[in-house]
Order: sequence, then C-alpha cells, then structure tokens
Amino acid sequence: MLKLTMGQWIGLGVFLAAIFIAVPALIAASGRTDFYFTLTSVALLSIASAGVWLMFYIGRINIGQGAFALIGAYVSAILVTKAGMSFWLTLPIAGLFAAFVAVLIGLPILRLRGVYFAMISLVLTQVVTLTALALPITNGAKGITSIPLPGAISIFGLTLVPDFASMENSRLAFYYTACFLMVLTFAAMYRLVNSRLGHICRSMQQNEELAASIGINIAYIRIVVFAISSFFGGIGGAMFGSIAQSVYPSTFVVTDSVNFMLNCFLGGLGYVFGPMLGTLVLYFGWDLLFESGKYQLLIYSSLLIAAMLVLPNGLLSLRLDMFRRSGK
Amino acid sequence: MSALLEVKAVTKRFGGLTANHNISFDVAENEILSVIGPNGAGKSTLFKMISSFLPTTSGEVLFKGERISNLKPHIVARKGVVRTFQETTIFKSMTVRESVIVAQHLRAKASLAGYFWGSKTALADVAAFGAYADELIDFLGLGDIRNELASNLPQGHLRALGIAIGLATDPTVLLLDEPFAGMNHDETMQMVALVKKVRDDRGVTVLLVEHDMPAVMNISDRIVVLNFGEMIAEGTPTQIQNNEKVIEAYLGSADDEIGV
Ligand SMILES: Nc1ncnc2c1ncn2[C@@H]1O[C@H](COP(=O)(O)OP(=O)(O)OP(=O)(O)O)[C@@H](O)[C@H]1O
Ligand SMILES: [Mg+2]
Repeated sequence: MLKLTMGQWIGLGVFLAAIFIAVPALIAASGRTDFYFTLTSVALLSIASAGVWLMFYIGRINIGQGAFALIGAYVSAILVTKAGMSFWLTLPIAGLFAAFVAVLIGLPILRLRGVYFAMISLVLTQVVTLTALALPITNGAKGITSIPLPGAISIFGLTLVPDFASMENSRLAFYYTACFLMVLTFAAMYRLVNSRLGHICRSMQQNEELAASIGINIAYIRIVVFAISSFFGGIGGAMFGSIAQSVYPSTFVVTDSVNFMLNCFLGGLGYVFGPMLGTLVLYFGWDLLFESGKYQLLIYSSLLIAAMLVLPNGLLSLRLDMFRRSGK
Repeated sequence: MSALLEVKAVTKRFGGLTANHNISFDVAENEILSVIGPNGAGKSTLFKMISSFLPTTSGEVLFKGERISNLKPHIVARKGVVRTFQETTIFKSMTVRESVIVAQHLRAKASLAGYFWGSKTALADVAAFGAYADELIDFLGLGDIRNELASNLPQGHLRALGIAIGLATDPTVLLLDEPFAGMNHDETMQMVALVKKVRDDRGVTVLLVEHDMPAVMNISDRIVVLNFGEMIAEGTPTQIQNNEKVIEAYLGSADDEIGV
C-alpha cells in the first residue's frame, strides 16, 4: 500500500546519515558543541510543529500548541521529581495526558472553524500558563527546577540507553534522542497522511459537509486529529523540559505557539516534512538576526512576510521531489 | 406496497420564516420522486431535514419505519440515506478517483489504526476501494478523467462526480439537489439517462429537486410540489401538469415557468 521509491529510500538514507553521523562529526571537528543544544531544540520544536501541521490538514489553524507542550513538560517534570518515575516512562504519559486534555477541550472548540478556532486556540497557551502559576503542584512562578537527567533504560539487565547523568557528553545523548524522536514522529506522520485517515483529513479540509454526507463522523475525526496533534506537543515539551532540567510557566508562551504555526506555513502545508524544514530555517533565522539588535523582530517579520508572499506553498514547494507528498 | 421513506408532518421555521409547513408524503422503493417549486419554496430545506443536516422544528422523517430526522448526517448516511449538494460541492484538490475512493468510507471494514499499520483487512479494503471506484467511474462514464483534479472539471462532469461520490456510499436512497442545474439540453438528457440508470441498474431510490421542467416530467414517477413552504400538490407528471394550483403557483412567479 505504501512503498517508497528508490529515490525516497536514498533521500531517507542521506537524511539519516546527515543527522546521525555527519552533524556530530562536523560539530566534533569544529568544536562548536553549542550547536548540539540548538539542533536538539530544532528537532523537538519540529515534533510539536508536526502536530500543528496535522491540524492544518483538517483545515484548522492551531495557535495553541505551546499549551500542550507546556502540559507535557509539567507532567513529565512532576512525575520525575515528585513520583520518582523514570523519565522514559513519563515521556509517553506526558504525550497521552496532553492528548487527553485535547479531547476535553476539543469537544466544544473544534466545532469552530477558520479564524474562530484560531482565536480560541490562541488563548489556550495563556490559560495553561496561568493555571501553572496558580496550582500548588506546579510550584507557581518558581517552576520546577533541578529535574534529574533521564536515567538508564535496561531490559533484562541489558542496558539499552545509559544513564544520562553518568555520561560525559549528555548533550550528544540528548541530540541523538531528539533526532530519534523526530524521525519517529515524521515517519508516523508520513504513514498517517498516506493512510486512510490522511485521506479522510484531506476530504474534511476541502469540504466538511460533503465529508459528513458520505458518512464520515467529522466530529470524531477532528477529536482524534487534535489528540494526535497534542500528543506530539506533549512529547516535544516533556523532552524539552528534561534537557533544560527545569520547567517554568514561561517555558512555552504564546509566541512559541505562534512560531509552531509559522514553522508549518514556512515549510509548506502540503508537505509532511514542511514543519521540519520550517522549524530549522525559522530557528536559525532568528538566531542569525541576533546581531541586528533592536531591529531583529522587524527584519525577521519582514522576511517572513516576504517568504510567504513569494512562496505561498512553503519552502518545500521549491521541489524536493523525493520528499513530496506521494499523490496516492 | 409500504413506503421506504415517510415524510410526516415536517415543519421548519427559521425565526419568523416558515420554510416548510406540515409537509407529508411517502416515497416507495425504487421510485424517482421529484420535489419542485419556485425559488425559496423550501425544497433544499426539506432535503436537509431528510438527511439530518438540519433538525426539524416539528414532525419527523422515517426510513424503513425508523426515524432518521434530527440525528447526525453521518449516521443517516450510514443507514443508507445520502444527500448530494445543490452547489457544486466536491473535494476540489482530489482527483475523480481519489474522491470516489474516500467516499467509500461506509464500506470500510478495517479500523483507522488498521490502515495505519497496514493490517490484512485494511489492505483488502484498499484493493476493494480501488476496484469499486473504477467500476463506478466507468458506470458513470468518467473513465477518461479518472485522474483529473476535480477543480479542473467542467460542470457536467462535476455533477456526475457528485453522483459518483454519493453512489460510492452504497446508498438506498439518494437525494439529488438540482443535478441538472447549469446544463444545456443535451447534457441534461444525458444526466437524466444516467439517473435512471442508477435507479434501474443499482436499485437506488432517487429523490431530486429540479427546476428543469421537461427533465422533471421525463424522469419522475411522481412529483411533489412546494410553494412558499406549503405542499400544494402531489401526483404523477401528467396529474401535476394539469393541476390548477401548480399552474397558478408557477404563473405567479416571474422567473419560473412550467415549461411544458
Ligand atoms: N439556514 C437558514 N436560515 C434562515 N433562513 C433560511 C435558511 N436556509 C434557508 N432559509 C430560507 O428558507 C426558505 C427556503 O429556502 P430553500 O433553500 O429551502 O429554498 P429552495 O426551494 O431550495 O430554493 P432554490 O430553488 O432557490 O434552491 C428561503 O426563504 C430561505 O431564505
Ligand atoms: Mg435549493
């Protein structure tokens, strides 16, 4: 049903070799180990952006992914620090909890379309931030700090992943972990988009009423997709908190939610891998503009607007053939 | 013969406006029944209530004795009553074949997760969807344009695609809202033949709303006439053509003439 072409296999191989071998080698050669943190962030943010992209796929502009990233970060941090759970176990729980919250919130708000849904979703991040400030368990503005690094994963005495705290280079370990999660996320997305659920999403994006008339339970599909989207947000957020070893109410703010959305726009809404490229370009773009001081935001916004005008279908519309959404 | 579909005292009010008032009629199995009436008579509103796109204000619609009004559209579709749209409502950036494949949602046996993992049932479904899509596409004469994007199709083909999408759900009753709109005489006659073929070969009961009187008279077994939300007549084409009230209703409106 879903077979990759020769070109796609080669593309995948080159990509994996680049992120798992070439990048670490280049960083080691140049001594710029600070790049690990940057690239790890890009990988994690692109996972959260992937969720937003999926919402676009059913025709909803989600400017609230920061809320679910923050929820994921807190859930993992609380479980690790208060319940002493292994980080690796808290990671899926963080994703599932974010998905669960999405189901609760989604029931009422997913009926809204277009700008109305976008506006409501924009409020979500602030709501979660305020909740985190108010609740005792999240420790208010002081946040949760000194979160222990992820421990080892071992099965039957066999150590699969060593204890991060015992490593001399936990940055590299985080980089690998983030890249691994990113690859997993986008592989799942690719598969999903090319499976029946993907086709259904496309039909809903194009015409919800017609989709309903052919027997699709559109309310249900919207919830499922919102839950998957938020799952990715929760996973990205939890991993982020673990790397920073701290979570504050301001770890993810409205600006982050807006950026998740922009990543998708910039990368291309028609391409599964759009959010990955979009996140990379936006993140580095912002950093490169740091030199420009107080004009940073102005230049950044202007470039972004220009990019969207020139390339309304995103950067990937520049034709990366092997990554194109298969037309099946 | 007992009725397949029963519209029972259905009323719809939009605020102060009564779009349908106390409408009752039956539809027999394998029948082609047309609902006609001047613009704004309430025809589309009636169809939307039959397919549960709109709730009724009062009254109910029964299908095989079971109530299908005031539910959700996808549930009514699952029961076998499927509506097509007045406007050229299609999946614009899908090809003809993709549209007809996605429309076979109700024929799916595998779960969504099954499609994701590629379970045996899912693979069988995918193969069956493709084969049935091709069968329907050929049946409706869309073979040459199966891989064309819907947004590139001319009017006539769009209507046929709309019907293909409806048929892909394996409906018992198909509701067609103005399937001949915007078509010239030849295209309309082809479409009339197609709708008859759908009924004859596939055993689908057809309800349609249409303004094209020659086509309605040609295609219908029976006709229901609405005017200002009231049902003013019901009968065979010949009966309707000679009905005083109908003639009056149509002569009374400027832009619509009963062109027979
Ligand atoms: N959602 C709505 N809210 C308020 N009024 C409505 C709504 N839908 C339809 N109406 C009104 O109800 C009346 C009947 O509309 P309807 O669309 O059913 O007419 P119709 O017979 O299909 O007309 P046409 O031949 O032009 O398609 C009209 O006066 C219309 O303005
Ligand atoms: Mg109408």
